[in-house]
Parts: sequence; structure tokens; C-alpha cells
Amino acid sequence: MSFFKKLKEKITTQTDSVTSKFKDGLTKTRDSFVGQMNELVKDYRKVDEEFFEELEDILISADVGVHTVMELIDELREEAKRRNISEAEDIQPLISEKLAELLQKDDEEGGLNMQENDMTVILFVGVNGVGKTTTIGKMAHKFKEEGKKVVLAAGDTFRAGAIEQLEVWGERTGVDVVKQQAGSDPAAVMYDAVQSARSKKADVLLCDTAGRLQNKVNLMNELEKVKRVISREIPDAPHEVLLVLDATTGQNAMSQAKTFSKSTDVSGIVLTKLDGTAKGGIVLAIRNELDIPVKFVGLGEGLDDLQEFQADQYVHGLFADVLKEAEEAAEKSE
Amino acid sequence: MAFEGLAERLQGTLNKIRGKGKVSEADVKVMMREVRLALLEADVNFKVVKDFIARVKERAVGQEVLESLTPGQQVVKVVNEELTALMGGEQSRIATAQKPPTVVMMVGLQGAGKTTTTGKLANHLRKKHNRNPLMVAADIYRPAAIKQLETLGKQLDMPVFSMGDQVSPVEIAKEAIARAKEEHHDYVLIDTAGRLHVDEELMTELDEVKEVARPDEILLVVDAMTGQDAVNVAESFNDRLGITGAVLTKLDGDTRGGAALSVRAVTGTPIKFAGMGEKTDALEPFHPERMASRILGMGDVLTLIEKAQTNVDEERAKELERKMRTNELTFDDFLEQLAQVRNMGPLDELMNMMPGAGKMKGLKNVQVDEKQIGQIEAIVRSMTKAEKEDPSILNASRRRRIAKGSGTSIQDVNRLIKQFGEMKKMMKQMSGMQKGKKKGGLGGMKFPFM
Repeated sequence: MSFFKKLKEKITTQTDSVTSKFKDGLTKTRDSFVGQMNELVKDYRKVDEEFFEELEDILISADVGVHTVMELIDELREEAKRRNISEAEDIQPLISEKLAELLQKDDEEGGLNMQENDMTVILFVGVNGVGKTTTIGKMAHKFKEEGKKVVLAAGDTFRAGAIEQLEVWGERTGVDVVKQQAGSDPAAVMYDAVQSARSKKADVLLCDTAGRLQNKVNLMNELEKVKRVISREIPDAPHEVLLVLDATTGQNAMSQAKTFSKSTDVSGIVLTKLDGTAKGGIVLAIRNELDIPVKFVGLGEGLDDLQEFQADQYVHGLFADVLKEAEEAAEKSE
Repeated sequence: MAFEGLAERLQGTLNKIRGKGKVSEADVKVMMREVRLALLEADVNFKVVKDFIARVKERAVGQEVLESLTPGQQVVKVVNEELTALMGGEQSRIATAQKPPTVVMMVGLQGAGKTTTTGKLANHLRKKHNRNPLMVAADIYRPAAIKQLETLGKQLDMPVFSMGDQVSPVEIAKEAIARAKEEHHDYVLIDTAGRLHVDEELMTELDEVKEVARPDEILLVVDAMTGQDAVNVAESFNDRLGITGAVLTKLDGDTRGGAALSVRAVTGTPIKFAGMGEKTDALEPFHPERMASRILGMGDVLTLIEKAQTNVDEERAKELERKMRTNELTFDDFLEQLAQVRNMGPLDELMNMMPGAGKMKGLKNVQVDEKQIGQIEAIVRSMTKAEKEDPSILNASRRRRIAKGSGTSIQDVNRLIKQFGEMKKMMKQMSGMQKGKKKGGLGGMKFPFM
């Protein structure tokens, strides 16, 4: 069975609304990315060195990262040789196949590590301005919709207005916020939050933290302490440590993923602002080199535009047009 | 650091060429590939890189490099010169209107740091230029954005104009400028709303604000960590609003900041300021020539020296400089240096600015532990006067005594003495470099692969 057919089959088992969310959210990305690909195929026709160089540029323009791109191109070159592909047209499905392979490893369970009988604690970390607080707001909404009791911990005690921003989200979603004064010790806020969420019998505790650049050793130590305080109160917690990444970030995202993982054992990535022109290609590199899964993607500004990441859906979103063409071609030949 | 500098990249290539005496055109091609990769890894947009490489190659294939006996250094020199030229060479200042108030509009995407930068800029204008700016909260969409600016205003003890989030930004801008005139503010800084990405609605609104505010300066606030998309962002803001300059934020991180080059290349407008930290005084004038070395991974000696200058007592500094040059540095000076360096900021931050720091064995990936400094102090204080002045007399028995006296181990003492020796060497190199810079660009700089 062809790659696209397989993809199509996987997707049809999911609801249309999710599919269209991904499709719509990735419109801009797809337009430019796939548009470039199509042009490339049209321009070159033959698979030669120049073709690969051009392809290299397209992938790099998506922030995939030099290292991963080189690897990918080398693999493609070999695969093309092996399968004796000389027409540019024929290599296109191969490219999408490789990308999907990178994003999605077999037998991997997506989703969050939710506790059945106890409170689930999720810690959000990341550099400044990536959208941590907004992501927490959206996630609170999502859990609330699922009928869960949610508590938010205002752990960003540093940035001016951060506590208020979380409170606005608390009001919007009808969720309690545990806070202290601006400037207080974030670890103390977390301690409070865990106690308070417990006594409120909450199902989920979402912990906000101040944004910090990963090369500030003192601030990273502070974050470690925040995590330690949570673990001391609830042995397995935090059950998820989500690194929030801005999809427009370039190669520095790799450094972010590495350093935050070192201090807080990141369990997954939330990729925000993906509905822009940004392609978030850096997640391919992170997946390739660090193996941290993407768990959620922000596909818009709306409350329910935070979607659980599905590699199938993502690749489908990227290649929706190619997919349609492939289908039509298949129908014709039948 | 995750990336290798250009110098290190070229080194590998050059090692292969070295035996040949002169380089061929094919060798230049290989070198250009390395330059290209270095720029791409630094997040410079690939189109900008393409043009850039074409220019450098032309010069490189010409006489300059091929004829040179030190092709590696020549390539780095050409690249650095071209980069600096592209970055705009001269430092650029903020505009002043002939008739006050000068109106500055801050624009940019969400999370770039507009609000924080507005606060920093207000503080900068007051502190460095003796101005009396009025900040205007015109981001009525993001939850608590107004509150954030108000809090910053309170922290700085500077006025913030706001009308809540129910009034249109256009109206707010109009009223704010009227207020500024009444109260004799000479600068008006308008903090506008960001969006997740460039969209029509936002641009229309910003256009309307521009219409009524008639700004003298429209500053695009860009996150230094932005990847390839920086070009799209800069292009769309520039096409629609005509920006007059940019502010690069979060440059205190460990990003190479290739976005700076992309923004500069597509808009042709200068980058005027750089955000260098979380505190309200962490806004610095942007130095294009320094950015070039940073993008290339060559360290930022000048900023380091400048930081030292603002924090070090001048006379003592002169004395120290003389000692550094003549290699007379003693352990006492070392202690004093340590204290001064600590005043300059977190050590690891300083380390990153040092050229070649990534290459030095002991310094690579070093996590500078501030606690260790206490230990160092203890060791030095356990030395006699003679020992401090002349470390060469430190024999085994003396070292043992020092270890005991400071409550450390002999290994600790040995390590410190070794580090001191290395530091002396580095200091000497650095002062040599500074002199070379004055004489004429990179000519005097020593590259590790020479």
C-alpha cells in the first residue's frame, strides 16, 4: 500500500473536526512549504545534485536545522539511488515519507500521562515569551470541558503582570488560581498550590513558571528547586514537564530543549504559534537528535485551538494538496 | 555551546589544505560551504546567506585569498568585513523630533518583548538622555498587558497612560499625545498589540494608530532567537508600516542571533537597541560590528571590555592593564579581579563573550559555580605575601600548607594555580588583541589556526 493511502486510512478513523483544525491551522505553512516543493519538482524534473541543493534550502527555510537536513538529504540520495529514481516527481512521496518517519516513531503512545486515581500535576517551562501562560489557559479550558476539576498555580512571580494574566485566564475558564504576591519565592507558591489543589480535590494542577533563558544558571537552578518541591509533596509528580517552544524559534530551540531537559527532565513539547508562516521545523531536529515527543500544538488564538499533536495529522496537514493529487492519480489508474 | 564558531569550522578544512601552500578555487568552494553552514546554523535566512556567499566568494576567488599565504585568516577577514558592512557598520541612535514630543511606536509579534522593551526604553531615555517619556498602554487585547506596563511604570516610577481595554488603540494614541503635550513629555512610547503572526486585522489597526500618532520612529521588536521566519516578519511589518529601526530582544541568551542579519538585510533599517537581560536597565545600544563576530561565533570582546569599564575603578584598571600586559599579575590582583568580575554579572554570561572560551579545555561547557569562588578566595587568603606575588615558589610543602589552611585539598590548590597561569596567558592575549583592533580591524587579531 502506498504511503499516502496508509496515511489517509489512519486519518479517516479520526473525527473530521480534528482533521480540519490541523488542515486549517497549517494552511500558511503548507502553502509555502508544499508550494516550494511543487515548484522544485516542476523546475528540475530530474533528480540531480542541484535538485538536492535546492531541496536542502527548502528544508532549511523551515528551520529544520542544518544537521538534520544533511542527514535527511543523504538518506534521500541513497534511497533514490537504490530505488533507481531519476524523476523529480517520483521522489516527492519519498520526502514526505521520510519526514513522517522522523516525526512519528512506531508503537508510541501520544497524549499526556494522566493519573487515574490521583491528582495529575503538569509543570510548564520555557524561555520568555513563548506562550506558557496562554497555553495553560487553553489547557485549563480543555480539561474543564472534559469535566475535570482544574487548579492553576501562578508560579511566574517575576514578570510584571504575569499573575494577573493567569488570573484573567482563571476567570475566563472558571478555574481557581493559587497565587502569592509578585516577587515571592516560586517554590513556595508551588508548595501552596499543591496543598490547596489537594484539599480542593482537584484532578489536574497546572503550574506556570517564569520564562527564563536557558543559559542563566541561577534561574535554571531555581526551576530545579520548583520541581523538587513538587516531587517532595507528591512522589511521582510532576507527571508531565512540558517545554513550551515558539514555532518561530530557530536553532536555539535545540539548546532550549537540551538545557531544560537537563534541569527538569522534560517529558514533552508544546509547539505554539504554529498557525503563522512559521513551520516549526526545529521539532524535526529535536526529535531526530534528542527524542522528545511533541505533545501539543497551538494552531490558533482561540480557546480550543490547542490540539493534541498527531504526527499523521501534522503530515496530512502539510501535504493535504499532494495527498489529493495522489488520490486522484490513483483513481484514474484504477 | 552547541555550535562551533566559523574559525573552528574552517580549521578542519584548512588542516587538509595546509600542506599545499596555496589554495585552489576548489578549496575556496569548500570553505564557502563551511561559511554557509555556519551562517545557517546561526539562523541567518537562507536567501540572505545565498547573496552573502556570492559576494564573499567573489572576493575570495579574486586575489585576496588565493594569493594569500594565510588563506584561513583571509577568509574569516573577508567574511567579517562583509558581515559588518551588511550589518550597517555604524551604531545608530534613536530619533528626536524637531518639535517635541518625539513619538515612538513599538510594534512586533506576540512574545517578542514589546512591553518589557517599552519599559526599558523609557528608563534608558531618562537615564542616558535625561528625557521625560510617557509610556502608552495600547495593547488592549492580551490579558493583563496594560497591567504589565503599569507595573513596569510603578517599578521605574515613570508615568503610564492608559484608558483600559475598552477604548480603541487609535483613540488611546490620540489622547496620549495630547496628554504628553499638556504635561511636557518629550517622548511618547506607544506599546501596541502583537499577534501570533502577521495578519490583516493587526496591520490595519497599526496603520490607523500610525495615521493619528504620526510617529517619528517605528521600532520593530524582534526576538533574537527567531529562525528563518524573521525575514517574513520584518518584510511584512516594513512593507505595511515602514519601520525606521529594530530592537533585538533576548540577546543575553546563547543564541547566535542570525535574525539580526536577516532583519537588517530585508528592511535596510538599522538595529538600534539590544535587550540584554530581565532587569529594566538591561537595554543597550546595538553594535553592528560586534554582532558580526557573535554570529560567526568569535566572541564579543568589546562588550566584555565595556562591561568591565563601567564597573571597574579607572585608576585601578589602568594599573591592572599594565600588569596584565607585562604579565606581573599577582594572586592579590586576581582576588580583586574576581570581586570586580562578580560585580559585572553572572560569570557564565561573561565566559560566553570571551573569544575562544569554547575552545579552551577547562572552559568548555563550564558551568561556573559561584560557590566555588568562595573556595578560591579561601585558598588565596591562605597564601603568604611572597607566595601571592610569586606563585613560582609554591612548592609541594607550601601547597600542602595552603590546602590545610583553606580547608581544601591539594588538588584544589593545584587546580587554582594552574588556572591562574592560564588566565595570565589569556589576559595577555586579550590586551594584545585590543591593541590590534585599534591599529586596523582584524589585522592584529590572532586566530587559533594561524
